[in-house]
Amino acid sequence: MLVRSASAALGRLLDEIGPVDCVGVEERVAKYTTRSIKKGSKRWGLQLAVTMIDLTTLEGKDTPGKVASLCRKAIQPHDDQSIPSVAAVCVYPSMARHARKHLGTSTIKVASVATAFPSGQAPLKTRLAEVRAAVADGADEIDMVINRGAFLAGEFARVQDEIAAVVEACGASALKVILEVSELETFDNIRAASFLAMEVIRAGDFIKTSTGKTSLNATLGNNQVMLEAIRDFYLDTNIAIGMKPAGGIRTAKQALHFLVAVKETLGDAWLTNKRYRFGASSLLNDLLRQIEKEKTGAYQAPYYFSEAAESY
Amino acid sequence: MPSLISERRKSIPVRRGRATPELIFGDLWEFDPAPETADPKLQPRYDLFINGAFVPPRAGRYFDSINPANEQKLADIALADAADVDAAYRAAQRAFTTTWGKMPGRERAKYLYRIARLLQDRAREFAVAETLDGGKPIKESRDFDVPMTAAHFFYHAGWADKLDYVAPGRRVAPLGVVGQVIPWNFPLLMLAWKIAPALAMGNCVVLKPAETTSITCLKFATILQDAGLPPGVVNFVTGAGETGAAVMAHPLAAKVAFTGSTEVGKAILRSLAGTEKKMTLELGGKAANIVFDDAPLDQAVEGIVNGIFFNQGHVCCAGSRLLVHEPVADRVLAKLKHRMRVLRVGDPLDKNTDIGAINSKSQLEKIKKLVASGVKEGAEIFQPSCRLPAKGYYFRPTVFSGVTMSHRIAREEIFGPVLSVLTFRTVDEAVERANNTAYGLSAGVWTDKGSRILKMSTELKAGVVWANTYNKFDPTSPFGGYKESGFGREGGRQGLLDYAKLV
Repeated sequence: MLVRSASAALGRLLDEIGPVDCVGVEERVAKYTTRSIKKGSKRWGLQLAVTMIDLTTLEGKDTPGKVASLCRKAIQPHDDQSIPSVAAVCVYPSMARHARKHLGTSTIKVASVATAFPSGQAPLKTRLAEVRAAVADGADEIDMVINRGAFLAGEFARVQDEIAAVVEACGASALKVILEVSELETFDNIRAASFLAMEVIRAGDFIKTSTGKTSLNATLGNNQVMLEAIRDFYLDTNIAIGMKPAGGIRTAKQALHFLVAVKETLGDAWLTNKRYRFGASSLLNDLLRQIEKEKTGAYQAPYYFSEAAESY
Repeated sequence: MPSLISERRKSIPVRRGRATPELIFGDLWEFDPAPETADPKLQPRYDLFINGAFVPPRAGRYFDSINPANEQKLADIALADAADVDAAYRAAQRAFTTTWGKMPGRERAKYLYRIARLLQDRAREFAVAETLDGGKPIKESRDFDVPMTAAHFFYHAGWADKLDYVAPGRRVAPLGVVGQVIPWNFPLLMLAWKIAPALAMGNCVVLKPAETTSITCLKFATILQDAGLPPGVVNFVTGAGETGAAVMAHPLAAKVAFTGSTEVGKAILRSLAGTEKKMTLELGGKAANIVFDDAPLDQAVEGIVNGIFFNQGHVCCAGSRLLVHEPVADRVLAKLKHRMRVLRVGDPLDKNTDIGAINSKSQLEKIKKLVASGVKEGAEIFQPSCRLPAKGYYFRPTVFSGVTMSHRIAREEIFGPVLSVLTFRTVDEAVERANNTAYGLSAGVWTDKGSRILKMSTELKAGVVWANTYNKFDPTSPFGGYKESGFGREGGRQGLLDYAKLV
């Protein structure tokens, strides 16, 4: 009976993947923030960050009009034509078809949250139906939430089976698995949940920190734990999983710190929007401001940059 | 019972024909140079600091101070002979009997606080000077050396008016004049470790910095002047071994303190036999950093890197022997190699440099010689393929695996960025191997199991045992060694008592 209990299940999982020391992680990531990114390397990093953004609006008050303006912003973030498009537009399932319409033939992906986002507290049948509906409405990517209740109760098999079911429902669409790190609380849990997800998703799918709907979202610490999980999994299986920190990344400087973490943990092959994304919206305008500053030497007033979203 | 993960993993189709996965740490996103630009305000020539003033050496001789990052000369440094050292001691003795020795502790504290604050005011200037003089990366001098130096003065300033409580039931008194010789690896910080407790207790000081790193010491003298420290309380004499011997041997010294190599420490100890001088020694080390199979491996790797590559490995408590539990040895080594590939070796003034220049040509030669012995004795060497600057003293971070206890690289202190990896099977074996050295300054233990940390910390014969971290320092924490790593403590209440007599 004992070995079937929740703590024994977690214990077995941790034996397999090893523990994480919180103090050590924070010490490691503090070094990223002391990297000094100047001149050409700064411009390159800022442009790269723009191409990695999943421009997001996830609010009850979203309308087709709001989504339309977000899509315009996604295609052409600024008057300056040299600035690239973002990676994707991320919306609720009901808005997926509108996003699809406005993005038209551009390369920008339509990402839809699904599976009773953000809580995931709906029957599996309902969650899967939502995924299928979003895919049918043109979502190229699905951002699902894991069953945190089941995870914390130690029902890892259930968590993993549900993720596997969503993978199937996605069909050809890519999947991003939101761990909701603030509800998992410990780095040990985040690492464990990362592995549970990676075992059943496909190369090119993502794991993602958070919904942006709780108090704590992406930090350099939880980003690092997940990057290390991706690295260990890749070296073990040759399957490259992507990473998406979401929520809380608002400044260009923060984004560069996250990218330094990617460069120094996973290397050059992850410095692309096929494998790394930022779930953000206000970040975009700060990146644009910094890019313009690098070009002109002066900061522009915020009203020179079009507002399109003020979600996370 | 097989775990969930391994069952799932079996279901993943093995993709044959594809190359083994490898991470690419290339130049897709290369960082541009980011040099620290603060002015170090160097002078072309530095004289001796005796009795509160800069005075030329009596014999008029000077030697060159070299920037190890580009082999260019930075300044002329005065070469003190026995007569100069004698003048410094007489100034110190005079200051002790007339001002400093009689001054109430609360007054002495004011000077120490002032010194600490003045150093903070000029932190960037001192950080750049420290990096130019010694070759350490600017991020370390900026984030570690200078702030810790100030912290030591602040801490001991706090003690100066509370000395009645430092030894419960006893009263303490200063010793008199103390002679101190410090090494080149942390010039400013070692100066603070030596001077701050001595001054807080009411002693006066004659100090000799290492010959390759005298500049920040003499710059520090200007802070002492700005703080209005009475003349003669602190005196700096510069030079090489002969000057140091004169400082150690002077009859006015009530106590001598030395930090440096074990070889020199033994010679000093012999020379003091039969005198009444008190002495503390902080010498070499060959610390074991012990990683158990239940340790958080990525953080352990970070600790290993921090333990051996911090300050180019020029750290007496560097974790230069990695003892790793056999079940995880391959994984730890693989992770370590990945981590080493992103270490940036180069211009110490660049804010992104992780490993700077080796302090001197002779030290570089010594490292090269010991590394060659490791190769010759059959250990497997790994160095990342980073580019090194054309000029200057640089050495790639190096890891030797397959090292046994009889290898020279497992026994001798290399004092460079060179790690020897050994394995062990049981806890007892780990302890035995860790203690199988003439040194005993520090050790590290990496495990998720708290009780094992406690057991190891009592069984390891080392002055400091770090658990799940490495190279952590604090002014409140006494630091010092067992066996040939020396005796006496620096920092904390214990360190203070080494500068006092109980009355």
